[in-house]
Amino acid sequence: MSPVTAPGPHVFELAGGLDLVSSRRLEHVQIAYETFGELDAERANAILVCHALSGDAHVAAGPDRFGEERPGWWDPVVGPGKAIDTEKYFVICSNVLGGCSGTTGPGSADPGTNAPYGLRFPLVTVEDMVDAQAALLDHLGIGRLGCVAGGSMGGMQALAWARRYPDRVASVAAIATTWRLAAQSIAFNEVGRTAILGDSAFMEGDYYEQGQPRHGLAVARMIGHITYLSDDSMREKFGRRLRERAEHAFEFVTEFEVESYLAYQGRKFVERFDANTYLYMTKAMDYFDLSSGHATLAEALAGLRSRFLVLSFSSDWLFPTYQARELVDALKAADAEVSFAEVPSPYGHDAFLLEAEQQRQYLEPFLARIVSEERERAGQDVAPVGGELR
Amino acid sequence: MTMADLLRADLRLVTELVPAGSRVLDLGCGDGSLMAHLRDEKGCTVRGIDLSPEDIASALGRGLSVVQADLDAGLTGYADGSFDYVVLSQTLQVVRRPAFVLGEMLRVGQRGVVTFPNFGHWRVRGYLALRGRMPVSRSIPFSWYDTPNIHHTTVTDFRDFVATNGGAIEREVSLVTREWAGQIRRVHLWPNLLADTAVALVRRAHVRGA
Repeated sequence: MSPVTAPGPHVFELAGGLDLVSSRRLEHVQIAYETFGELDAERANAILVCHALSGDAHVAAGPDRFGEERPGWWDPVVGPGKAIDTEKYFVICSNVLGGCSGTTGPGSADPGTNAPYGLRFPLVTVEDMVDAQAALLDHLGIGRLGCVAGGSMGGMQALAWARRYPDRVASVAAIATTWRLAAQSIAFNEVGRTAILGDSAFMEGDYYEQGQPRHGLAVARMIGHITYLSDDSMREKFGRRLRERAEHAFEFVTEFEVESYLAYQGRKFVERFDANTYLYMTKAMDYFDLSSGHATLAEALAGLRSRFLVLSFSSDWLFPTYQARELVDALKAADAEVSFAEVPSPYGHDAFLLEAEQQRQYLEPFLARIVSEERERAGQDVAPVGGELR
Repeated sequence: MTMADLLRADLRLVTELVPAGSRVLDLGCGDGSLMAHLRDEKGCTVRGIDLSPEDIASALGRGLSVVQADLDAGLTGYADGSFDYVVLSQTLQVVRRPAFVLGEMLRVGQRGVVTFPNFGHWRVRGYLALRGRMPVSRSIPFSWYDTPNIHHTTVTDFRDFVATNGGAIEREVSLVTREWAGQIRRVHLWPNLLADTAVALVRRAHVRGA
């Protein structure tokens, strides 16, 4: 096993820098990534998992980049014996470009000044994130992925992969995601950004010495969490229950269970996440449009040979099923190989993190078949001249 | 035993009707048995539509592409004439809008292959005539109140249905599938009475002057 593919956390320094979609260039890029399982002899079992807005490279249980053993953000789905089985597949997950968990982002030092970039960091797009991942795969010696999988913003990266590197992805699993944000989702992102930008501690993004705009970032996270749940799941989880009291306080304090939940999520988030990265990630999502450069989405997807699995969740109102169907219809019109299912779930957008069994039902046979086809294909590629081709 | 032996009797006939190398869309494709057979044995390009999660999962394991969709919502996404054959096997009787579904089949496909249980079969007629009850049989195994089969048809009714909805029947094969396990027999005499299953090859009717 090559040291760069050994299981565990790693850092890759991208020597050549990275040209961005915005025409700007990052001279120094470092990518934090983790790998799980073993790359097989044919190099046919590699699966790239892309994380969502607030995720990181720690997709499954094991030591994180600080050496601490902890569960991964997609633990129910990725791990030994799980839907994305790390006993069968070589799973790679990297922190996205612009992130705050080991990969170069607005909180990293600008080599020109040695101070954190802050808002001087160039705007990155989902396509830039994918380009950084492609450079990482070159470094790992992986020419072609069996699958690139992701939920939410991770699903956008997976879709961008198919358009940007069509020959490098055998399949795409796009889960709880969309081909472009509708006005409603952009609106929620903008409210989150407004909360951060309006926090007096924001200081135009140069807050790294004084401490970050905790209030603004917490509010952004609270809004985010509302969009990740559903009316049903909130009613079931909290109802109108009060926390630690029987009667209303007639004061502006945290009373309802749901208030306490949101406050807790906000507090927890500011301890681990950078406000500038939140701004950059939401902007990247707002800009994402899989049809960009073409009159229709179907036109943009024409000629793609990857196999697609699209999954949506019935109660997801952030990226609703109708948006997944738009994508599926465009893939059909483009004559791509696409499968689709809507998973019934009460958990809203969060369902992709929770509905492990229902996702396994589709992911397991999908991945098993793809990887066995990829092995066959890899075997043919090295077959001697005159070898039988099917 | 070959793959074909494992296919349901009417599906075996469908594989005979579809030429090698065709582009085929299978509506209500189930676990993908027919699709896999057409792909592996006849080099067809296949796509499927079904509702059942279990069936879609089975089809995925065979490397097939299946979209979960309600046929009554139409065949969205597929361009006009993008398939050579659109197969609707044992599914016509469960859709809410059979005429609309037929129209969609003939929109996206050059030809449609429809298989359906014949409600005019003598056993069905006899059941109703002698017992005075809605027929329940091997090919129609549901009580009237909890059946998914909401649009039963006979061979004769089907001919009228196709003609009045802009289609034309190119070929019709009537079958007895129940006599011996796994055996099917073609029926030439009085198909509306003697066949329990019918397979029809349908195309768009030529519009006079068009």
